[in-house]
Amino acid sequence: MNVGVGLPTTVPGASGELVLDWARRADAGPFSSVAVLDRVAYNSYEPFAALAAAAGVTDRVRLATMIAIGPLRPTGLLAKQAASVHALSGGRLTLGLAVGARMEDYEAAGAESRGRGRKLAEQLAYIRSGVDAELVGPDRAGIELLVGGLSGQAFSRMARYADGYAHGGGPPRAFASAVSRAEAAWRDLGRPGRPRLWGQGYFSLGDVEGGNAYLRDYYAFTGPFAERIVAENLTSARAVKDFVRGYEEAGCDELVLFPAVADGEELDRLTEALA
Amino acid sequence: MNVQVVGAGPAGLYLAILLKRADPGVDVRVSERNAPDATFGWGVVFSEETLGSLRDADPQTHLEITDTFARWDRVDIHYRGRELRSRGHSFSAIARRRLLEILQQRARGLGVELEFGVEIEELPAADLVVGADGANSLVRRLGDFGTRVEPEGSKYVWFGTDHVFDAFTFVFKETEHGLYNVHAYPYDERMSTFIVECPLETWLGARHEDMSEEENLAFCERLFANDLRGRELFSNRSIWLDFPKVTSRVWHDGRVVLLGDAAHTAHFSIGSGTKLAMEDSIALANALVRRGWDVDAAVVDYELERGPVVERTQDAASESAAYFRRVESYSHLEPVQFAFNLLTRSGRITHASLGIRDPRFTRALDAWFGGHDVSPPPAFSPFELRDVTFPNRFCLVPSGFVAVSPDGRVDPETPLVEDWTPPEGQVLLQLGHAGSRGACRPARLGRDLPLADGWPVVAPSAKPYGPFSQVPGEPDEDAIRARFVAGAERAAGLGVAVLELDMAHGYLLGSYLSPLTNAREERTRFPLSVLEAVRAAWDGPLAVRLSVTDWHPRGNSAEDGIELARLLKASGADLIHVEAGQTVHDDRPVYRRGFLTTLSDRVRNEARIPTIVGGHLTTLDEANTIVGAGRGDLVLLDLPPAQIERPLVPSNTVLLAEVRP
Repeated sequence: MNVGVGLPTTVPGASGELVLDWARRADAGPFSSVAVLDRVAYNSYEPFAALAAAAGVTDRVRLATMIAIGPLRPTGLLAKQAASVHALSGGRLTLGLAVGARMEDYEAAGAESRGRGRKLAEQLAYIRSGVDAELVGPDRAGIELLVGGLSGQAFSRMARYADGYAHGGGPPRAFASAVSRAEAAWRDLGRPGRPRLWGQGYFSLGDVEGGNAYLRDYYAFTGPFAERIVAENLTSARAVKDFVRGYEEAGCDELVLFPAVADGEELDRLTEALA
Repeated sequence: MNVQVVGAGPAGLYLAILLKRADPGVDVRVSERNAPDATFGWGVVFSEETLGSLRDADPQTHLEITDTFARWDRVDIHYRGRELRSRGHSFSAIARRRLLEILQQRARGLGVELEFGVEIEELPAADLVVGADGANSLVRRLGDFGTRVEPEGSKYVWFGTDHVFDAFTFVFKETEHGLYNVHAYPYDERMSTFIVECPLETWLGARHEDMSEEENLAFCERLFANDLRGRELFSNRSIWLDFPKVTSRVWHDGRVVLLGDAAHTAHFSIGSGTKLAMEDSIALANALVRRGWDVDAAVVDYELERGPVVERTQDAASESAAYFRRVESYSHLEPVQFAFNLLTRSGRITHASLGIRDPRFTRALDAWFGGHDVSPPPAFSPFELRDVTFPNRFCLVPSGFVAVSPDGRVDPETPLVEDWTPPEGQVLLQLGHAGSRGACRPARLGRDLPLADGWPVVAPSAKPYGPFSQVPGEPDEDAIRARFVAGAERAAGLGVAVLELDMAHGYLLGSYLSPLTNAREERTRFPLSVLEAVRAAWDGPLAVRLSVTDWHPRGNSAEDGIELARLLKASGADLIHVEAGQTVHDDRPVYRRGFLTTLSDRVRNEARIPTIVGGHLTTLDEANTIVGAGRGDLVLLDLPPAQIERPLVPSNTVLLAEVRP
């Protein structure tokens, strides 16, 4: 299993300089990918802009959206943004897409939230089948495509159009249960081989309270679920190790750990915890 | 710290005991709307595993509870005049009234304040308010828990009897109105619980609605006179009920937390309600102590710990409820298979786990199944269909079919039947026409991605399959039927063991069968005419691959699919290969381990036709359980390569019987 690290693009207070420095150091460290989240109605960086900047300061790591909310963007524009990051990074993009969970993001983006599932399916088919490929460049071929979500439809979209599954976070047991559904869907759609499986979690190894406060705020829209996410925040080296082991046993291919605190030292602490 | 518990059932009282035990300084009150000695129901069941956690949580009540226990390790099944027995099921039960007495006494002894006859109208002022007031919880209405309540299973009525059963006993009794069944178990040295259950149709047919409480009791007493050995039934406001399935998105809202049935119920037929409730109490009490009485942190821990356990139990309970709802369709099964099907209904007992509890039972099942005193497990028994003997019940399947014509190919790599030759071994040939799912790119990058310059596709209605799919043209039905017949004739010449027609997943014949993809009123004529024409050209076993449900609110339901299976059987199909969904690209699938097993069970036992079943089955134990219980006849396994005798051939074929035991 590979371990990647999230960029602090959704943690308020993260300067552009910190985000880029973070990406540069992740590239030099033990991480196989850097990843970003996607919110509009939250003080955060736009994911494709952030990954394009990260592409400029890294040579090696994959650049991933975990996930980007596809239907916030017109389909052709989404394909163009993704293909641009892919081309600018020398083919390192992993594009995770899902419908997202926050209606405020649709409102803030001026996008229609009704029919978002159908629109995501269309976007996946568009990107994958190379519709308008000559018209809307650069070349999309080779973008690794993931789909996230827990509904039956999310799993069938994943198996129909993507290379793998992007899990939304939770204990290894929850990941394992989603994996068995992803594999069932993959077989049912008659795809050869097996889906690539990406997981994620949060960590704050220094300022635990600060990290928890951020998670409470970021997930406030889920009501009481925010506390569950806080409870799963990895706040010690031991917790990180157990989490990594649990995901590895559950068959995860790439586990991305997202920071809950915008502090460059968190990256050192994580590197140490993983050593 | 003060805690107000609403509801003095087992969950509420037990929580109060554990909290007071952990810290005598905590102020714990329990209020109950009913009188201290008012109780509904008769006995409650515990498993050995639950007893262990009760012992660890409070040895004193554990001792008192287990002192008065009725214990047994047998399940008896009265069915078609036979009494079948299975051993090794450790259970205990206690009178609900006695359990409450013990808990009340212990709570009082510890200094818990108990108030009876008190109705809660608004949220009590306390640091923590616990809703332990059952499935119709009032506390639940004072917060937002995202609760859903829906009736589940059959009609049921809960009696007591002075006939002391000596095992957990299931009774099945045929009447002119349909099948009744009983769940009975002893709970002390004098009495047993006796729950009578029947499907709604039976209940309406027998006009139970018009009977008084006494008349209903007399009816049940008469019906089960033999099983009661002439003893009486007793009523305790025993009226026919619907079981309410309660699910809640969250179990806490601010300082209010729900416990047991108030948060979640599990159908009585797996006997887990009280167990779940008391385990909730233990988890919540432990979390509060661990978190130093920090309510916000503790309720999150409590939910995180209990959520997955409760969800698994509720899933198993729903399977069990659905089983009893349709139990009439199993009345054609031989007693030993009927009993095995009953024991494995919720998915918690399998062939392998029963083999550990009760090896004699599985040996008897295997012997009956295999026809010899010493037989291998069911999936290793041979299967016969139209002069063909399959040495065992396994199929290994690469996906996709062999196309009857070039325009019926899914992608440019789909083999054509006219060029196809079978690999070595007993082969099932899937014959199909892609319909509106044709002319796509090979599956490596995805499915239903149309070729830029694909051939024209056809379908009964001019509706593209997915985004960017072609608008299909009109099919030439006579020509397509002739292609299927030619394919069948070629298969016969090549020594294929089983021929299978693809009517699933939105391919051409399947798309005729669904209202989602065929706008015409009359939808079955063409696919059935293909089946009949192929039947005339092919003497061997003939299977039809069918999407039994479209997984779509406007598509075919499972009931529609079972009706289709009946039609296919009448038109010459020997075997249904059970599938679901993919009729349209935006269906609402339900993916999990064994997601097709219940559909296969229903097709096999309601349409009475043998089935092939897959649906992400990965173990031999799943195969033995499915075949042994009569839920399917041939099993498609997703096995790790080490268990397969040889690698799958890349051509589109199914190889039968190449699995190592």
